[in-house]
Amino acid sequence: MTFNFIGNYSVIISLFLSFAIFFRTIFRLKNLNELIKIDLKKLIFFQFFFILVSFICLLILFINSEFSNITVYYNSHTTKPFFYKVSGLWGNHEGSLLLWLLILTFINFLYFSRSYNRPTKERLLTVIFQQIIIFGFTAFLIFTSNPFNEIFPSPKEGLGLNPILQDPLLAIHPPILYLGYVSTSIIFSSGLSSLVMGNVNSNWAFHIKKWILCSWIFLTGGILLGSIWAYYELGWGGFWFWDPVENISLMPWISLTALLHCVLVLEKRSSLGSWSIILCISTFTLSVCGTFLVRSGILNSVHTFANDPERGLYILIFLFFIIFLSLVLYFFYEDKLNFSNKSFGLITKESHILINNWFLMYFLSVILIGTIYPIFLEVISNQRISVGPPFFNKLIIPFLIPFLIFMSLGPNLGWLSSKKIEKKIILLTFFIINLFLSFFILKIIGKVKLLTLLLLAANFYLFFTTVKDFLKKGYKNFSQTVSHFGFSLLILSIILNAIFSKEIIANLKVGEGLSFENNQIIFKKIETSSGPNFEKIVGVFIIKDKKKIDTKFMPEVRIYNQPEVITSEAFIKTSIFKDRFLVINPVKDKTYFNVRYQEKPLMVWIWISTILIMIGGCINFLRNEK
Amino acid sequence: MYGKKVKLRLTFLIVLILSLGLTIYLVLVSLKENVVYFLSPTEIKALSELKKDKIRIGGMVKKNSINVNNDKIIFVITDFKNEINVTYSGLVPNLFQENKGVVAEGFLKDKNYFKAVKILAKHDENYMPPELSNQKGDK
Repeated sequence: MTFNFIGNYSVIISLFLSFAIFFRTIFRLKNLNELIKIDLKKLIFFQFFFILVSFICLLILFINSEFSNITVYYNSHTTKPFFYKVSGLWGNHEGSLLLWLLILTFINFLYFSRSYNRPTKERLLTVIFQQIIIFGFTAFLIFTSNPFNEIFPSPKEGLGLNPILQDPLLAIHPPILYLGYVSTSIIFSSGLSSLVMGNVNSNWAFHIKKWILCSWIFLTGGILLGSIWAYYELGWGGFWFWDPVENISLMPWISLTALLHCVLVLEKRSSLGSWSIILCISTFTLSVCGTFLVRSGILNSVHTFANDPERGLYILIFLFFIIFLSLVLYFFYEDKLNFSNKSFGLITKESHILINNWFLMYFLSVILIGTIYPIFLEVISNQRISVGPPFFNKLIIPFLIPFLIFMSLGPNLGWLSSKKIEKKIILLTFFIINLFLSFFILKIIGKVKLLTLLLLAANFYLFFTTVKDFLKKGYKNFSQTVSHFGFSLLILSIILNAIFSKEIIANLKVGEGLSFENNQIIFKKIETSSGPNFEKIVGVFIIKDKKKIDTKFMPEVRIYNQPEVITSEAFIKTSIFKDRFLVINPVKDKTYFNVRYQEKPLMVWIWISTILIMIGGCINFLRNEK
Repeated sequence: MYGKKVKLRLTFLIVLILSLGLTIYLVLVSLKENVVYFLSPTEIKALSELKKDKIRIGGMVKKNSINVNNDKIIFVITDFKNEINVTYSGLVPNLFQENKGVVAEGFLKDKNYFKAVKILAKHDENYMPPELSNQKGDK
């Protein structure tokens, strides 16, 4: 009751603070000589503080299971474990928006207290742009999705959290992903203000690189967590489904990756400035666009908490406003970006970065079209379609080949121009060796296809050049070596995983068995027991492999009491070489079980390589590499 | 003569336009090939000719219609006006139950018989294919 009150008014206070900061900053911009630095910082801190207060209030409401609050009523239950009571806060639309706002105000405060070395005017402008964003989201929270609405009389029991979200990985997935999404707002604001000030230079690039890296690391981590979760919870045994919600997180990531490389060129060579600004704008726009598509209920998925057209409309208007604002600013101030226009040769580092930027933009547009085309078609012609993995695979995989080659060549070239002919010959022979290597590997497997061959060769090329770079250059450019190595490892694991995955699906009764390749799968029995808020049925399976070694597999089916939902918990035996994956599902009256057994080679390497990519980013962030 | 800079810009522009055109062409062609249409049993009854492509059918799993044996699941999808028989062998999602919404992807054999290759998981227990939600109310 009281917490509802405090929480509600804290948000409203911070909305007013948003106004105050906005006008205070404009006033400061006009009277730059006046020394009132302290009060602005205080205001920004209080804005963060009040959002924090309301966040804590909602947290207490969730922990105490106070069902007089509508958000708690819809998303919590007394029997839910403590951990999931906490994560239930952001397992719904209203709460997750409050989390978004909390991170947004925190990052804003962090930016302001960490950017003293930037020109005052640029800082103030950044604060203004940030306030527009904060204001937009706070108003959105208050008017369309207030988490502090009450119901009277207050119910005794809540409706519970969607059980599929009751998972440790998915509990931390939203905060991590949001950190990534929300940090892009600083990149956006700072990009726009330096554009207005005509400050787009290598100094700015050095400054913004930290923020880009920070956002990029969290975004990568968030996507990774979501992907691992989908692997073991949804029972499909894959790590990426080209589902619209996945695509939406991948799009800002691609844009951010392109920006990260562009900013390097800007820092070293003072060119590609206006392209960097466009990427700054597009990254943030894609993040908000993702929020719009996910929250509006246009895409049906686990992330869609409510189908409320009003919310969708609000975000859409906000999105258009942001795009309009940034485009207007871009066209008015674009001529301020006067670079020396040093043209550069084709065989240089910067040209390779630019070429790969184009490839990234191509991947981005393919994903964008594949994701939103069905929505448009439905609006225009009322036909409902879906665009599946074949579309994305067909359009993306072939272009990975040149992408990987440029990725391996780029770091070996110099800035400005490379004139060492002998080096080129070495690089070429190296590629041919890799081509033969891949050919032999595929020949042994017996699956020689031109596309796989080239892809594998290009990938080995990247793999070995990064290893060579490390041996030759040591810890110079270490972060880049680690990330690129991680990327090649990722592609390699994905290729081998796709080639070697095996599976069998059957419906079995207790006591029945089936054979699969050289394995013998026997369904021994089922055991029932109960967890904190669910009943579980454990299927006991024995799998004999070709060496006659028995392995016990115990996949579960959980029947949650509130809401009444069945989920499967896959049983996964992970080893360095392969994952063995067994999942069951009751089909009818629990007599027959739908059993799926999979062998997925190198699964664990997909996660490890993604972590390596992240570690590369972290190293750069910590080492301040030039 | 034009300066070197103009020439460079022109080449850049031409390459840009060419690659953009190529992208659009590739995307459109693959879209045409890889799109899956979504139909209800009633819409299938109204088809003038059978579609050979892969389609998706949305509806409810009819009560008491699921039949299972070792390698097949047979059931009926209904939209309360028309229904269609479905056979399927493969993985079923958690929420595949009688009287619940379902989306099946596969090929039409005739207007009463559908061979599914995939049954789609819906994460939401209240999920209902759009054409049914009007009839039964959303929640």
